[in-house]
Amino acid sequence: MSTRQFGQPIKRNEDPRLLAGRALFTDDVQLAGMLHVAFLRSDLAHARIRSIDLGGAKERPGVAAVYTADDLGEYWQPGPLLVPPPPVGQLEFHPRTQVPLAKDKVRHAGEAVAVVVAESRYLAEDELDDIFVDYEPLDAVVDLEDALESGTPLVHDDLGHNINARGTQTKGDWAQAEDAADLVIRRRFHYDRGTAAAIENRGIVASWDDKSQQLTIWDTTQAPIAIRNGLAGMLGLSEHQVRVIAPFIGGGFGPKIMMFYPEEVLLAWATLQLGRPLKWIEDREENFYATTQERGQVHDATMALKNDGTVLGIKDVFLHDAGAYAPYGLTLPISSQCTLLGPYVVPEYHSEFTSVFTNKPIVTPYRGAGRQHGVFVMERLLDIAAKELGIDPISIRRKNYIQPDQFPYSNEIIFQDFTQLTYDSGNYEPALDRALELIGYQDFIRENQPRREAVGERVGISVVSYIEGTGIGPYEGARVTVEASGKVSVATGVGTQGQGHYTSFAQVVADQIGVAASDVHVVTGDTDLFYWGAGTFASRGAVVAGNAMHAAATKVRDKILKMAGEKLEAAEEDLELIEGRVQVKGVPQTSISIGELAVEANPMRGAVRPGTEPGLEATEYYGPERGATASGVHAMILRVDPETFLLEIEKYVVVHDCGTVINPLILEGQIQGGVAQGIGNAFYEQLHFDENGALRNASLMDYLLPTAADVPNIVSDHMETPSPLNPLGVKGAGEAGAIPVGALFAQALDNAFRDIGLEVREIPLSPNRLFELVTEASARGNA
Amino acid sequence: MKPAAFDYFAPGTVDEALGLLADYGGDAKPLAGGQSLVPTMNFRLAQPAVLVDLNGIEELFFIREEEGGLRCGAMTRQRSVERSALVQRISPLLHEAMPHIAHSQIRNRGTIGGSLAHADPAAELPVLAVALDARMYVRSVTDARWVSARDFYMGLFATAMLPEEMLVEVAFPTLPSGSGWAFDEVARQHGNYAMCGAAAVVGLDGRRVVERARLVFLSVGEGPVEAEQAAALLVGEQPNAEAIRAAAETAATQDIDPVGDIHAGPAFRRHLARVIAERVLTRACERAAGTEGQ
Repeated sequence: MSTRQFGQPIKRNEDPRLLAGRALFTDDVQLAGMLHVAFLRSDLAHARIRSIDLGGAKERPGVAAVYTADDLGEYWQPGPLLVPPPPVGQLEFHPRTQVPLAKDKVRHAGEAVAVVVAESRYLAEDELDDIFVDYEPLDAVVDLEDALESGTPLVHDDLGHNINARGTQTKGDWAQAEDAADLVIRRRFHYDRGTAAAIENRGIVASWDDKSQQLTIWDTTQAPIAIRNGLAGMLGLSEHQVRVIAPFIGGGFGPKIMMFYPEEVLLAWATLQLGRPLKWIEDREENFYATTQERGQVHDATMALKNDGTVLGIKDVFLHDAGAYAPYGLTLPISSQCTLLGPYVVPEYHSEFTSVFTNKPIVTPYRGAGRQHGVFVMERLLDIAAKELGIDPISIRRKNYIQPDQFPYSNEIIFQDFTQLTYDSGNYEPALDRALELIGYQDFIRENQPRREAVGERVGISVVSYIEGTGIGPYEGARVTVEASGKVSVATGVGTQGQGHYTSFAQVVADQIGVAASDVHVVTGDTDLFYWGAGTFASRGAVVAGNAMHAAATKVRDKILKMAGEKLEAAEEDLELIEGRVQVKGVPQTSISIGELAVEANPMRGAVRPGTEPGLEATEYYGPERGATASGVHAMILRVDPETFLLEIEKYVVVHDCGTVINPLILEGQIQGGVAQGIGNAFYEQLHFDENGALRNASLMDYLLPTAADVPNIVSDHMETPSPLNPLGVKGAGEAGAIPVGALFAQALDNAFRDIGLEVREIPLSPNRLFELVTEASARGNA
Repeated sequence: MKPAAFDYFAPGTVDEALGLLADYGGDAKPLAGGQSLVPTMNFRLAQPAVLVDLNGIEELFFIREEEGGLRCGAMTRQRSVERSALVQRISPLLHEAMPHIAHSQIRNRGTIGGSLAHADPAAELPVLAVALDARMYVRSVTDARWVSARDFYMGLFATAMLPEEMLVEVAFPTLPSGSGWAFDEVARQHGNYAMCGAAAVVGLDGRRVVERARLVFLSVGEGPVEAEQAAALLVGEQPNAEAIRAAAETAATQDIDPVGDIHAGPAFRRHLARVIAERVLTRACERAAGTEGQ
């Protein structure tokens, strides 16, 4: 028997190319006659544009063109609303989307005002210095609460207010819970902004070929098909005239699926104007303004409980920072609303959000995508409730978990995929027990912590639970082809940004066809090679594209068996596929290679039976009825230097359940990378905007990313509760590592400073902020 | 993030370099390791019309012992200083502090003279120079002079040098016997700019009473900040924990007046200054008394 490859920790097919520098990234694309593009970006967050003086710009040697909004004519249009509002009962919605170049007014620092095309990026940037924009500075909308005050400046004047949307979702009746409660706790929680800081910034190469009438675009996008369709529409071209290639990409994390970035719209248009290929590579400074960000929310949350720790209900009213434009609709606040409920039974729930326009860069999903906030609020409420009720934080979680026999479990409200929030499957308590065992919970509480605290150390432990809605629709597709060489190719529409798709997808297909995963060549992100699809987001690649591949591979397998059965004069059920050959079970002498079958399936002469399809090939699509719900438990032991407030993570445990595992090695990498980003989010990364909306730390010198020295070894284990929603039983895992880390830091710090009653209610933290919180808590204790 | 256009010269001798600085004056910038200048140019915060690249001037790369002290050529790489056995022997404080400077990749390129002349208030080397009473050898086409580190620093990114002058050498005197030293800093991440840091040099007399003390901070002012009141408090005292704590408290509350930035507010900086002062003074006193590690 050949070994099953699905589920094995196979090393990644793509790594030799990536490690040796033989993988094509957008900036590697060099075309004859290529020009370079730079953008003039506003220094001010909010200002009226009185006039733009190009100075001597156009006359500079080496400059091909300078464009402002007025030069775009009818092409100047606000971008599309990517996600319409879901069918939520009470909803007020005021969409405003980003524009290619600011006209009349700039609404966030870094918004593009003019575009320059020149022989080199150096010349293009010199050129920017020639242009003078006469701005009338306006007061900026920075703080979420201030944004809603009357008389406050308006981000979008025509709206008359700064409200992007308001929405309320309810389950049961919160008032009942409040009435029946033994304890009601109310707290305010803050979560602030960070940036994904992918190692590769965005980049675009656009090339119009006048003779073939073809537009080719290399783009660091997570959604090449949607980019092709959109650009073709905007430019009045057929979709067949536009080819979008998303080559190797150094990290997506969500911001690379924003559409359409002004740069995408403008480069595609300008190459048609100039008839020459154009390149723009975002630099790190631009990335801090021009690439979307996430995570500003303020929650006023109330939890009602019985004395025994049973949660009766939650009321949460929150503000969401949408930034200057909101192309993603309500995805983020809805995701926060839904994820807050976590793995717990919450009978009565009232959640009300206001999404607020501010003069800050655009907000769209970034790894976790609203989930961090929900988990933070829920886990903090449980911790605070446990403290007030005098029960331990583990028991209160255990007590409120949804039980295995309650699935599918409906939370009644609407999820970001427009379906009812229903968990497909889950088994939470074994994961909790395993995490406690791996972290050494009892030993820490009983022995380690008291011993160390006796000599003046500060150490804390934390354990948090969360769920992650993953693998949502609408659909993806895949085409599986056996080539004459006997190797297999798979094409799909989703883009790939480092997730290991070249391997995990290959594993899904390899078992069906009976070849090694290394003999399966995966093609992603080229619209000429696969026409249909949505994109890579919401931890959905493995679930949605993976199941489409499985379906296509199964169909190809059927074709192989049928054909081989005829050739070998054997019944199909007597055949097996091993190492690229079909053989009669147990009789290797009677066999034929799939490569030979592929050649025969593509006859060059002669007659075939009517209805014959050529090739050993199949294309299938998969669309889940709703998302699959993954879950997990993270645990941590944290040491705080009581003098410097620097932290050391002594131990970090992840027990995760994403259903059936395709490749444990890749999963491990996803979890570790996510945790690293979570650690950054919790203690290092914060975007500091001043009262004028200027970003004070737009460089990696002042925006601190966690380094290898800050990220501990992560001990992980995996539970497998398969999803009943898809044939592979898989759930998404891309965001799981990042989601609960803020809540985990808060609980561990509270634990380490429990003698002074520290209660952390905000993320991100820093040594400075921790010093302030501890000083305040000590002062309160002494008062 | 591309620099504006500039003219580039790569002189082979100090005299040639000084000639270029004399010709171009304030329009020219000497390029040493480039670890601060080049990013600043890429952000277009600095747009020098002329760069005078010192990396080809061999006579500026040296570490040697002279008159019982240490002499370093201005272009000596920080990594060379860090790894020099001579530095370790003659100037152990300098040796101890070098690994705190940024990352090893930066020290491979960054130079001792470049950092001293850049006068970044968050940099370690200016603080070490003041703590150790270093002297800077500054030359122009027409002049050559030694400037004490204390007189060299004139504020934020400002030194006593004129535009046509260049730092060519730095001298660190040997500490007298009975001296102890220490350096420490607190950065949010290893290799980042420190939120606060300090160097201490303490001298004990024959009766083990403090006869000399110097405590110099980084990242709490516009340049190296000497805690003079704290040092005065310590002189004449037995270097015990109580005296050190009092000196550290004075340093944090009287000697410095830090402003905040996004990483550390004034209150936290003062707190860190006290913590670090206590740490470095304790270690310096122990070393002076020969009781370190006891």
